[in-house]
Amino acid sequence: MIPPPLLDVEDLRVHFHLPAPLFSGSKAVVRAVDGVSLTLKAGETVGLLGESGCGKTTLGRAVIRLGPVTSGTVRFDGTDITRLPESQLRRRRRHFQMVFQDPFTSLNPRFTVGETLREPMEVHRLGGTPAEREDRIRELLEAVGLEAGHRHRFPHEFSGGQRQRIGIARALAAEPRLIVCDEPVSALDVSVQAQVVNLLQDLQQQRGLAYLFISHDLAVVEHLAHRALVMYLGRVVEEATARDLCRRPLHPYTQALVSAVPVIDPASKRRRIVLSGEPPSPLHPPSGCPFHPRCPVAEARCRVENPALRDLGDGRKVACHREA
Amino acid sequence: MPLLEVRNLRIDFGPRRAVDEVSLSIDPGQTYCLVGESGCGKSITALSIARLLPTPPAAHPSGEILLEGRDVLRMAPRELQQIRGRTVGYVFQEPGAALNPVMRIGAQIRESLALHRPGSDSDAEAVRLLKMVGIPDPETRLKAYPHQLSGGMQQRVVIALGLAPQPRLLVADEPTTALDVTVQAQIIELLRDLQRHLGMAILLITHNLGLVGEIADRVGVMYAGQLVEEGPAIEVLRQPRHPYTRALLRSVPELGHPARRLVGLPGNVPGPGDWPQGCRFAPRCPVVRPTCSGPSPGWSSVAAGHQVRCPFTEG
Repeated sequence: MIPPPLLDVEDLRVHFHLPAPLFSGSKAVVRAVDGVSLTLKAGETVGLLGESGCGKTTLGRAVIRLGPVTSGTVRFDGTDITRLPESQLRRRRRHFQMVFQDPFTSLNPRFTVGETLREPMEVHRLGGTPAEREDRIRELLEAVGLEAGHRHRFPHEFSGGQRQRIGIARALAAEPRLIVCDEPVSALDVSVQAQVVNLLQDLQQQRGLAYLFISHDLAVVEHLAHRALVMYLGRVVEEATARDLCRRPLHPYTQALVSAVPVIDPASKRRRIVLSGEPPSPLHPPSGCPFHPRCPVAEARCRVENPALRDLGDGRKVACHREA
Repeated sequence: MPLLEVRNLRIDFGPRRAVDEVSLSIDPGQTYCLVGESGCGKSITALSIARLLPTPPAAHPSGEILLEGRDVLRMAPRELQQIRGRTVGYVFQEPGAALNPVMRIGAQIRESLALHRPGSDSDAEAVRLLKMVGIPDPETRLKAYPHQLSGGMQQRVVIALGLAPQPRLLVADEPTTALDVTVQAQIIELLRDLQRHLGMAILLITHNLGLVGEIADRVGVMYAGQLVEEGPAIEVLRQPRHPYTRALLRSVPELGHPARRLVGLPGNVPGPGDWPQGCRFAPRCPVVRPTCSGPSPGWSSVAAGHQVRCPFTEG
């Protein structure tokens, strides 16, 4: 029997209801995540790509119950956690942790590094006796490339890259099986990004961690992820291996994303697809395929009919009428 | 004559030196990219070109900034007023912060026109500028407030404001960092187009090496307040000679050429005041030698117009 995937998300929707504007009747609904399905195996990295406002962070938070879920199911290791009460959820939370984008606001400034790492162990009753916990804190700091002596210091004494290492150590303290990484290297200097990317790869190898890696950076996702999904306005428009997605994108939006990445070699002759317009507001999504107003190859039916995400085999899925 | 020539520029903030012995020159119509990580002094260098740094706390203890042959550091306030906007225009990183939130777009552009090009202060000219930067329906947009526009549209307005006085040099400090990739591509195309049509020079400040490859004629790489490598973009990007430039290029994954492992640099970028003695890159340098902690290295020329602040460029 094939073991169930570690994370199995089915038709997930997260809708936010905005208060009705004064004097005009209807309430507005933002469909931040609108019917997304994905699976993640143990030890696998799935990249979640898209531009600001596409719903990737909302999705990342919803799958570990850090944010609301409107409908659909999330199964973790075979158990439906979508509607588990907080009391039961709490015992499972240690299995799925999160690393946040901003290493400056995601650490408690009044906690020493040691206290930051001890807290998840206390909450989840891990790490044994107090003395054993101290040993574990030392181990964690060394695992992320910091020194044991750093545990007495406060976050402000560290650089951005070091703080991101502390954030990763805090996630590891709970001994998770899945880490949702929300743009973990975007706020870091270029020369420091590589250190953190390498660290995430090493930890995955040593501990068999699964990552849901949220990013707007295609090159980082191609480098780090096994598979990748591209989101546009709350829906997945393409799914493939990270390599296929970046080298042979099929959806016109993915093609534009790939071609928009600046190329370092000035001599490279590459045709760039410059999209007109900007991502539409999720408050007023366009009719039909939400990408059609910016799509360079849109046809008449794209304006009326929203294409379903179709399985093309080889782990490839595309939501585009042209790929039918 | 170069449009801008910076010679041995130093900038201090109190006891801390933020920029040290920076020299560069930009010809009319050229695009020069100043690349570096946070705290390397690239933005401060850019601000000092029109003397936009408040003094104090900033001070310029030595150096010259020759703009069309005249030294900006020795100009009287009246003269500075003349060059700001008209000779040097600026586009900043955060379009939201660069625009006045309580003034309509049209009024902001007309204010700049009235100040720098009296006589052309009209809605028609404002509409022409908005059209030039690709804002749809510019007549209606004149009456919009900044918050009614998206980030990409706001950045276009900021570029239109920078262009309004028809500067000979446009200084753009990370103009696309706050924007999405597809919008970033639009803004870069726009800058390239404008340069072709208006013939102005661009000084682009960025940490994104991909952008440099897309747009630069020349590149200067800064580290810890100094330029460490300078040359034609194609040479610096294809045959980087300074160990820092090499490391920067190897530490970013490139789309379509995934490396098995990224080569990062150990340690962190030192801030002003924490610069080591001798070569400032030595503590993080993969090819450091004992002599590197000695006197600070001067320039070595590696090709015509391509120089490196490192004596060990073969290897």
